[in-house]
Amino acid sequence: MFNFMEELISKKSGQKVILLGNDAIVRGALESGVDFVATYPGTPASEIGNVFYRLFKEKKYKGYFEFSTNEKVALEAGIGASFSGLKTLVAMKNFGLNVCSDSLFPFVFTGAKGPTVIIIADDPSCHSSAQSEENSRFIGLAAHIPILEPADPQECKDFVKEAFNLSEKYKIPVIVRTTTRVAHQKMPVVLGQIFKSGRAKGKFVKDFNRFVTLPPRVLEMKEEVLEKIKKIGQLAEKSNLNFIVNGSQNKKFGIITSGVSYLNTMEALNELKLSAPVLKLGFFNPLPTEKIKKFIKPLKKVLVAEELEPYLEREVARLAKEVNCQVIVAGKNLLPETGESKPEQITLALAKLLNLKYKEPKTVKVLKLKRSPQLCPGCPYWLVVAAVKKAVDVKKVIFGGEIGCYMLFGNSPINLQDYLFSMGSSTGIGHGIKKATGQKLISFIGDSSFFHAGIPALINTVFNKSNPLVIILNNETTAMTGHQPHPAGALQESKVDIKALVSACGVKYVKTIDPINQIEFIKTIKDFMAKDEVSVIIAKHPCLFATKRNV
Amino acid sequence: MTLLQVVSEAALLEGYDLKTSELHGLSQRGGSVEVHIRFGRKIYSPLVSQGKADLILSLERQESLRGAYFANPQTKFLVNSLVLPIAFTKPLSEKEVLANLNKLSLNVDLVSATDICQKEIGTGVVAGIYLLTLAVSRKMIPLKNESILKAIKKIIPKRHLELNLKTFNLARS
Repeated sequence: MFNFMEELISKKSGQKVILLGNDAIVRGALESGVDFVATYPGTPASEIGNVFYRLFKEKKYKGYFEFSTNEKVALEAGIGASFSGLKTLVAMKNFGLNVCSDSLFPFVFTGAKGPTVIIIADDPSCHSSAQSEENSRFIGLAAHIPILEPADPQECKDFVKEAFNLSEKYKIPVIVRTTTRVAHQKMPVVLGQIFKSGRAKGKFVKDFNRFVTLPPRVLEMKEEVLEKIKKIGQLAEKSNLNFIVNGSQNKKFGIITSGVSYLNTMEALNELKLSAPVLKLGFFNPLPTEKIKKFIKPLKKVLVAEELEPYLEREVARLAKEVNCQVIVAGKNLLPETGESKPEQITLALAKLLNLKYKEPKTVKVLKLKRSPQLCPGCPYWLVVAAVKKAVDVKKVIFGGEIGCYMLFGNSPINLQDYLFSMGSSTGIGHGIKKATGQKLISFIGDSSFFHAGIPALINTVFNKSNPLVIILNNETTAMTGHQPHPAGALQESKVDIKALVSACGVKYVKTIDPINQIEFIKTIKDFMAKDEVSVIIAKHPCLFATKRNV
Repeated sequence: MTLLQVVSEAALLEGYDLKTSELHGLSQRGGSVEVHIRFGRKIYSPLVSQGKADLILSLERQESLRGAYFANPQTKFLVNSLVLPIAFTKPLSEKEVLANLNKLSLNVDLVSATDICQKEIGTGVVAGIYLLTLAVSRKMIPLKNESILKAIKKIIPKRHLELNLKTFNLARS
């Protein structure tokens, strides 16, 4: 019978296995001899943590794994491991990058001691994301961190290994950036050899000059980083991660692309029965600028095929001025800046740019279905919704939402959501609204979210005296992303006591209630809404899956 | 997703290159789930292009309408007549679904896979494997029955295997 874990861990070098992009990332890390892995779950990166969790728990691979309380903490755990000499991987979705940036910037400055790779998964089209459509490439330029961009699972595996090599050679953390269609793409992947480092423990050796960013040293560090990036840029010029397809073909027109857009470009060329040179970039930062210049020099037209914002296009346009002022650089004038790359978009862009005859596919209109995601049947949150609707006049109360299953409160028939932002923000923004207006407000926050970023916001309501009602939805698991454990999870041996934590924040009115007790729940909402200080109800009832299993 | 795994393994067995695309996360909370598979000599994109699907296999009859974007007049539809109601709306009848699908293509097969499996096997959960085997037997998917059988044996956990093999045989008969 099929055992995925066995398949992932036991297959030997040279064998072909169908792998998901995220699974290929895990295999790449195993082939690199990873020692230490930390993550906070978030789709489309969640499977990376889930697979490592099981691999290490089932002792199929020796190493350390943790689900951290948030992405910043995960990265910091990784930094500590790297400073102690261990080979380290940290994985998160794009919004996690925002959370961890505060520690990522200085980490690039100090550099990595143990090779460190950070996986960032973007989600163009927001298949599994609210909050914003983010393009994490910006961090490459802002933080001077190398970014590699795989297009498919084979590259996911190979690029992770390459990233570890880069990190080892230049002592700098390296990002491997995926998108949903890379992370959740499957293909037969040719495996390499799993490498077991044999390291049981690392060792932290004091090195003030290396790990302490105190000025004026920090500015020297920046010079060192810029020097590293320059050297990696020279390596990028020769790296086979940046390659040209159809190099010998007509030299009047070419395409520069990366990631999934490369795959869609190749399909578009097939569709139009067109042959043209394609420069496929595996490095986003630093770019192989000389290679790009050489590529565009003989061309009359170049299409930059990329998803989301025109980062590559800007660079290509800038480089074109140096070598070929006449070349027409097309990109976002023909391709959308919102949503994921699709093959038909690139086909159409090519047809327009080259004035080719092409019959655009037309979709025949049929009835549109409106099936929106809902809380599961039997979800304890339904009980919270019922109690809230009975306790207050929903038209007169503002409802703060955030990230987790309960963001579905924004859908019909629940409709209890007046703003929706990042994790921890329902109370933070709620405080501002209370201060600005004095209107009645309930903010919802999940248990995992509360640990992630909700505590400082709660303390702020005490410190700066506002009186929202905060309902902590404690279902004892990180349900939305696939039931990963958290500090008060159902299967934790020693749980963090949320009520004691809330009290310690200085909140006087706090009660833990199982929402099955509707009468008590309704009464407490009414009671707490009348308080002139912040109040907290911990709605405790486990998710149906929480007591059965983790991930 | 299991069906996707079965087709993928079968295609790999026959020496094809392949790419698939699936969605995780929010889609699992009762939303619709759409997965793509493309196989052939050399495959780049994991996404089917607009109007380029050869086969749209729908596990619920109303959901088949979501295939519209990928359909052309030659596209084959194989649709389970099962209905999973959408909250607060009256489910579309078979007739309404057919009328809409026929605007896209005339190659539409509506099959009561869940009912048939319920009656013959004792459970409707294997309807997906039933439809997949049917698609292969009817040459809607250019793969061999034996490859599908091998893939089922590889992918399906032991405790469910007998049920799925029965379904495979039922669909072939």
